[in-house]
Amino acid sequence: MCLAIPGKIIEISSDNPDTALIDVVGVRRKVDLGLLQDDRPVAGDWVLIHVGFAMSKISEQDAAEQMETLRMLGESEAAVQEVRGYGLDEPSNRPWDGRNRVEDLE
Amino acid sequence: MAHGAGGQASRRLIEGLFAPILFGASAEPLTDAAHVKFDGAQLAITTDSFVVKPIRFPGGSIGELAVNGTANDLAVSGARPEALVVTYIVEAGLRSEILEAEVRAMGTAAQKAGVRIVGGDTKVVEHGKADSMYITTAGIGRALKGVVIDPASVKPGDKILVSGPIGDHGITILLARGELDLEADLTSDTRSVFPLVEVLVRAAGPGVRWMRDPTRGGAATSLNELARDCGLGIVLQEEEIPVRDAVRGACELLGLDPLHIANEGQFLAVVAPEYADAAINALNLTLGGEDARVIGEVREQPTGAVLISTRYGGSRIIDMLVGDPLPRIC
Amino acid sequence: MRFVDEFRQPELIARAAEEIRRLADPTRHYRLMEVCGGHTHAIYRFGLKDVLPDNIELIHGPGCPVCVLPMGRIDDGMSVAQDPNVIFAAFGDMMRVPGTHGSPLEHKARGRDVRIVYSPADALKLARANPDKHVMFFAIGFETTAPSTALTVLRAKAEGVRNFSVFCNHVTIIPAIRAILDSPDMRLDAFIGPGHVSTVIGCRPYEWIAQNEHKPIVVCGFEPLDLLQSIVMLLRQLKAGEAKVENQYKRVVPWEGNRAALRAMGEVFQLRSFFEWRGLGFISQSALRMRDEFSEWDAEQRFSIPGIRVTDPKAAQCGEVLKGVLKPHQCKLFGRECTPEHPIGALMVSSEGSCAAYFNYEHRKQAMVNILSPTA
Repeated sequence: MCLAIPGKIIEISSDNPDTALIDVVGVRRKVDLGLLQDDRPVAGDWVLIHVGFAMSKISEQDAAEQMETLRMLGESEAAVQEVRGYGLDEPSNRPWDGRNRVEDLE
Repeated sequence: MAHGAGGQASRRLIEGLFAPILFGASAEPLTDAAHVKFDGAQLAITTDSFVVKPIRFPGGSIGELAVNGTANDLAVSGARPEALVVTYIVEAGLRSEILEAEVRAMGTAAQKAGVRIVGGDTKVVEHGKADSMYITTAGIGRALKGVVIDPASVKPGDKILVSGPIGDHGITILLARGELDLEADLTSDTRSVFPLVEVLVRAAGPGVRWMRDPTRGGAATSLNELARDCGLGIVLQEEEIPVRDAVRGACELLGLDPLHIANEGQFLAVVAPEYADAAINALNLTLGGEDARVIGEVREQPTGAVLISTRYGGSRIIDMLVGDPLPRIC
Repeated sequence: MRFVDEFRQPELIARAAEEIRRLADPTRHYRLMEVCGGHTHAIYRFGLKDVLPDNIELIHGPGCPVCVLPMGRIDDGMSVAQDPNVIFAAFGDMMRVPGTHGSPLEHKARGRDVRIVYSPADALKLARANPDKHVMFFAIGFETTAPSTALTVLRAKAEGVRNFSVFCNHVTIIPAIRAILDSPDMRLDAFIGPGHVSTVIGCRPYEWIAQNEHKPIVVCGFEPLDLLQSIVMLLRQLKAGEAKVENQYKRVVPWEGNRAALRAMGEVFQLRSFFEWRGLGFISQSALRMRDEFSEWDAEQRFSIPGIRVTDPKAAQCGEVLKGVLKPHQCKLFGRECTPEHPIGALMVSSEGSCAAYFNYEHRKQAMVNILSPTA
């Protein structure tokens, strides 16, 4: 139920707006756009293909945002550790972890 | 039906039925070509049948497969292919131009491969009994000096090499059948690999332990057979395996693994580590060997199995094929 | 490959794995179920268990449409295929699934006209190309695939193609999840939610899991980074004591789903009052059948289907494995009578079946220790 691959629309068929030619790194197939008739894609759009039908348009923006979130993973935590090391926290809330000294920061 | 696909079922047919009857008590592992000694000379001999459908496809035809396939079996056994004999089984009613085209294709392929076709036979069978035509070729070759192909000589630390991108042939055929409505600029990789084998042997002769041409069943099947025969483990690095974009795209779309797809113009080799760099460099500098890569190595574990690992540390076992690779949607 | 390779970058995978290790409470054992068979396959294919800490257990759910199909339905389909005028068309996934008298591939070897198709549209094409034969498309799949079948039937009707019918085995995912949660043996912390089903049904249908059952669920993509990010999101919810539906697969899944797809499904299909699921028993309102207006394209109307119930061998524990109660290797037949080469149940033959995945990818790894040093 799950094998679906992103493909780029190369061209919409001139005699049938529900048919498009898509490309997946050089492999081409006609797919049916009938399930996207409420929000028709155009040539150049990326769609998710499952059993020869386009299921959804791929949002390049959401993909980019996701990549950004993934790149940030762990980074924010590293930043927090560093800030803790500056000793700016309330002393009573901050457990002694042996790192709250300026000499430890490099 | 699964027994012809080259994977586990094929192996059981050969080992369970043919070998005990035909090869008697011999405990030797089955190889692509047999080496027999005559009065001090060592000849390699092999045979193979070709039943591909469609008989013509981008990059080649059944006739070319029949020449190159047998020449390659000789080459990877460590022999220079010298001569072939060929049998055609032809369906009644087949247009003579089609047969002629294949004969010509074989002549051209033989010339390119440097082998002589020295004889043959033809039989005609009822319409519907041969899918247009089947071709069988038997070939002999001259054993290369200083090359001993023996899985027992494989040791942990040995490197696994591939001569070029995998999956071209099988995907080309799948697309050429027309049932999946996919198109790609892909051609079969059918060719004689002997020139590359010769380069490898020259660069790494004493260090070449094993070679095989991964046809039906793909590289996964050949490597599983090796692991079984030498009792060691094989670990591949996924990112090192050369695969053309279009093969990758077709495999992703259809849910197939390039490691299970047939090749007709590539070979795998196991080379002692001290020779591996020289081997790859020599291959990369040879026409047709530019994409040769070290794709893994032999280790103690996983005993008798093939593991593939990714750069981030994930891994999985690669099994032999059970029957033909089937497209999936799930 | 765009929108694929970015989500397989090793450095980012390592980072996500590190975040998971940081978030996972070492005193806690997490049981996360991935509902969808495609996720099961992805987890094994990418070796993701190797990068997860030991206290995160992934439990394979029942979202494998081939695995949940009772053998009787396959027998029904094959009985139609015995007619020499019928072309039996199905996805590759079905071809090795055992029926009482063999799998579709075995029937093909015996001379029946059995064809693999990639798309229901290809089955319709076969019908147009073979006017003197009847093409029966054996349809399987959850809501991901049902709309495509529906659209194909609509096209067949519009074009007046009469030598085409669908044997409909489409099932719906929510009842399967309900059956899991209702199961007394089940102890789960959270769900990795179906990705591609959700492109059709959206994220709302999962809200009861969060609100009524208090389990977090994250709708998840199929690349390694999608799975790892979803696990991060689930761990964060569990840590905060939250239970909500989140959409990790935003680039493809619209929260409201795909209206056109749902419309097509609604036009052609209706819910069966009940349907038998292999291993889960009879579940009401869990499967689709064709509406009466389309009876001409309904194989169950066009042909007399035996409809015999075939129960699984007593020793086979497909049901418990499907529900995640047993691990594949705990089934008595696993690796012995039941292997990918001679499967007893569909879980061993389907590419997303947990038994096949376990057999092919895992069980030999279990015997090895320290093969690879993880490269981060």
